[in-house]
Amino acid sequence: MPPIAQINDLWFALPPIVVVSLVYAASRHEDAGPLLRHAVRAALWIVGFMAAIFVVLELLLRAV
Amino acid sequence: MTTTIESESGQPIELKSRELAGVLAWLLPGLGHAYQGRWAKAGLYFVCLMGLYVHGAYLGSQSGPDGVGAARVVYFEGLNFNRLAFFCQFGIGVPAWPAVIQHLRVSGGSKPLWNGFMAPPAKADAPYARDPDLPLAIRASGGDLHARLHRFFELGTVYTMIAGLLNILAIYDACCGPVFPAKNEESESEVEGKSAAA
Repeated sequence: MPPIAQINDLWFALPPIVVVSLVYAASRHEDAGPLLRHAVRAALWIVGFMAAIFVVLELLLRAV
Repeated sequence: MTTTIESESGQPIELKSRELAGVLAWLLPGLGHAYQGRWAKAGLYFVCLMGLYVHGAYLGSQSGPDGVGAARVVYFEGLNFNRLAFFCQFGIGVPAWPAVIQHLRVSGGSKPLWNGFMAPPAKADAPYARDPDLPLAIRASGGDLHARLHRFFELGTVYTMIAGLLNILAIYDACCGPVFPAKNEESESEVEGKSAAA
C-alpha cells in the first residue's frame, strides 16, 4: 500500500481548507494583516461547519 | 487604459490594463498579478492554486509500467457533458490544456500522447483499447481508473476542481482589485475582535 493511502482521510480536507481560506481572503483584501486575519476566520468557519455536519451525521448514524 | 484603486491602508494599486491582467490571471494563477506588480498576491495565488491543482493531479496518478499514468483525474471528453468536472478544472488555465490536446487527438482516432497524461479513458470501441501490447496508461478505461485509483480518483478530481473554481476569484481580483468588505461588516468584525480581547 503506498504511504499516502495510509493517511487518515480527514487530513485530505486540510489543503483545500487552507487554500480556500487564503484565496477567499486574498480576493477581499490587499494588505497582509487583514488578509491573514480574514483567512483564519474563514478557516474556522469552514472547520466549524464541517464539525456541525459531522455531529449531525454521527447522531443520524446512532439513531438508525 | 491604466486603472488605479486604493488598498485599505491607502496604498495605490495599479491595475494597468484590466482586461490583459484578467486574461493573464486565467492563463496561469498569479500571472495577472505579477503583470500588475502585485508580487505578494501573485505568489500567494500561484502557490495556493497550483499547489492544490498539482496535488490533486498527483493523487490521480499511478506510476510504474503497469500504472494508469499521470494526472488521470483531469481529462476532457468534449462538449457532451460526460465529464462536468473539467469545466471547473478548466478555470486553472494553461495547466488544463493538455487535457484538451489529448481529447482532440483521441477523438481523431489516435493514441493519447505522453503515456496517457491527462488523457480521457479509452472507449471500448477505440482502436487501441484492446491492444494488450500497449501499456495500461494508454488503454485504461474509466473502470480501470476507478479500480486503480480508488478514492483518490474522487479526491484528485475535487482538488483540481476547487483549484480551477478558486482561480475565478483570482481573475476577478486581477481585473477589478479586491472586494473590500463593507464598512459595517468590517466594523462588526473589529467589535468582535475587541470584545474577544477584553
